[in-house]
Amino acid sequence: MNRFAFAIAGLAVALTVSAQTITVGSKKFTESYVLGEIAKRTLENAGFQVDHKQGMGATAIVWGALKNGDISMYPEYTGTVSEEILKQPRASREAMVTALAKDGIGMSPDLGFNDAYGIVMRRKQADDLKIAKISDLQGHPDLKCGITHELLGRKDGWSPLLAKYGLHFDDVKGIDHALGYAALYAGQVDIKDCYTTDAEIKKYDLVVLQDDREFFPLYKAVFLYRLNLPQKAIDAVAKLAGTIDEQKMIAMNAEANQSKDYSEAATMYFAPKSSPEAASAQPKPVGNSRLDQLLPETLRHLELVAVSMAFAIFVGIPLGIWASKPGRLGVGILGVTGVIQTVPSLALLALLVPIPFFGISFTTAVVALFLYSLLPIVRNTAAGLSGIPVPLRESAAALGLEPSAQLRKVFLPMALPMILAGIKTSAVINVGTATLAALIGQGGLGEPIVSGLSLNDGPTILWGAIPAALLAIIVQVAFDLLEAGIVPRGLRLRPQGYEHDH
Amino acid sequence: MINLTNVCKRYGSLTALQPTNLEIPSGKVTALIGPSGCGKSTILRIIVGLVRPDSGEIRIDGARMDPESSLSLRRKLGYVIQDGGLFPHLTARQNVTLMSEHLGKPVDEVQRRVEALADLTRFPKDSLDRYPLELSGGQRQRVGLMRALALEPSTLLLDEPLGALDPLVRSGLQADLKEIFIRLGQTVVLVTHDMGEAAYLADQIVLLREGAVVQQGTLEDFQKRPAEPFVTEFLNAQRALVAL
Repeated sequence: MNRFAFAIAGLAVALTVSAQTITVGSKKFTESYVLGEIAKRTLENAGFQVDHKQGMGATAIVWGALKNGDISMYPEYTGTVSEEILKQPRASREAMVTALAKDGIGMSPDLGFNDAYGIVMRRKQADDLKIAKISDLQGHPDLKCGITHELLGRKDGWSPLLAKYGLHFDDVKGIDHALGYAALYAGQVDIKDCYTTDAEIKKYDLVVLQDDREFFPLYKAVFLYRLNLPQKAIDAVAKLAGTIDEQKMIAMNAEANQSKDYSEAATMYFAPKSSPEAASAQPKPVGNSRLDQLLPETLRHLELVAVSMAFAIFVGIPLGIWASKPGRLGVGILGVTGVIQTVPSLALLALLVPIPFFGISFTTAVVALFLYSLLPIVRNTAAGLSGIPVPLRESAAALGLEPSAQLRKVFLPMALPMILAGIKTSAVINVGTATLAALIGQGGLGEPIVSGLSLNDGPTILWGAIPAALLAIIVQVAFDLLEAGIVPRGLRLRPQGYEHDH
Repeated sequence: MINLTNVCKRYGSLTALQPTNLEIPSGKVTALIGPSGCGKSTILRIIVGLVRPDSGEIRIDGARMDPESSLSLRRKLGYVIQDGGLFPHLTARQNVTLMSEHLGKPVDEVQRRVEALADLTRFPKDSLDRYPLELSGGQRQRVGLMRALALEPSTLLLDEPLGALDPLVRSGLQADLKEIFIRLGQTVVLVTHDMGEAAYLADQIVLLREGAVVQQGTLEDFQKRPAEPFVTEFLNAQRALVAL
């Protein structure tokens, strides 16, 4: 009897544990993906259900998601925690743990390796110019720099680095991390920032310049997690302490870059003895899996476009009607929708994600797309209505039609071609912009584009870019057909070629 | 009968209509004439309620025109502008029946009315389902007239109805209009800048200058008993044009 009760209790514990889903996030670069996979596997082995949201974006986005509970854990670096998140330069580990706890966040022990920032050059050029240390860069202002947006934007980033070493460069461009390696290899840039465990350093025969004035802080890899996670999960992750050294991390990064499969790369951590033959015996059929994902990705893309467009049409046309009326309200509506359009899409996402209601969600993606789709619809509705000649407006009023009937029966039908053109423009832009939804883990055809960019893998990018372009063309053609179908012939005629007078 | 009492309208410093009293008799055709900017179109637009006067009142068959009453009063007025003012997304037939259908009149009654109006205005029935841009200028003007007459209004207001037409079409339509006015026996107010047209179509003529009525009467009154030297000047100017 006693044993029976014990068994029931054990089963109940097992059920509650397995029913809990932990969401792990990662930043948009290979190592973060791989560490995310390792955390996922570790937690799964401890009996949890785990969801991994890959490549969510830069620090601000992922940290915001952790803080508001969208994700429960993600891989981070001690240097980023002290310099960027807590803004306590060179803080001790104890100080960081105390400060993070105030936000309900915990920090795991060091995983083992130090993935510091570094500066890389092509080995041949560095040798030719006799550059081995960052301070050797003095007197070479003509070297072209391709620096990640993240380092350029960081408080402990590019500008203080230049100041500390007294450097100056004439040509500094912001560039995506993975694309930057391709540019460096191709000679389009000469200097680039790196993570010292990047697999590309070996692959492209690059040299990491010695940080002789100790500018870059230590970037020990850790996991940040919400303190309300089950102790069992925290303990499981704590056991990873000191188990990943630089060599292992570089090897896993190289594997991930080669196989394009983060999960498989993470497997190396759990089964380091697996022979290379075994790995190559079952090569991941990259093409097929991409083809399999094409349909769900396209459908997801269409879902994002359709939902955001529906809102844009139902809000945009009434706003356009308002905006067509003379007065300050109309000017205000057009002004505000115009300003929204000029906010860069990445910036808009970064603005929405920290807001608790939005976070990294379908809603955020739809709201951002909705905002971008608004302007062409509002502007064209307003232009179509205010372009109606005064004599025709007066004729409609003089007939004795109520104002609402004038709008419904005369003005809106006359403005229909313009309104449809606005919706078409919106829809085509929307199909393109919806690829950005992948940046906040919402899928669609942006998924292969973002992951291709992070891996510097052209074919993967095309798996998203080509279907997205085709989709835009299909949308355009569909609207042209729709227009021919519903715009009355009387509005498609041009005022010329009268017949003879009667 | 239409009565304007002390009606005046200014746009900023520009006087469109000085305080004006005007009586337009029932069942007669009245022409408003004068040089550009004399206020003749303003009077018509005030009557139909498109322009609100600064002061004074307008009564149509005794009912006061104001924003509250304008909807129902407009349905008793037929208003025709230059080139017909047709809605391009509707066919000739749909333009004519727009209001009747909006008011929920029986379809067969509405269609019979279209046929009757086409006969009256001599509009070719096989063109009824064409769009305005598929019609000639004269045809568009006839459709505009049909649309204005669709609800059998007591009063017809025409603002330069023949202004956009070339001379041959114009004289043909003038004759048709005269016949229509006689057959319907309605109150008609017609704005024109052509004294010949006014004399041909109207029972009485109102000559305006700078927003004020100069003289009201027949062409003969104007010729024999001009109220001011301007009346004779205006007639001579028109004659000189015709002599060309």
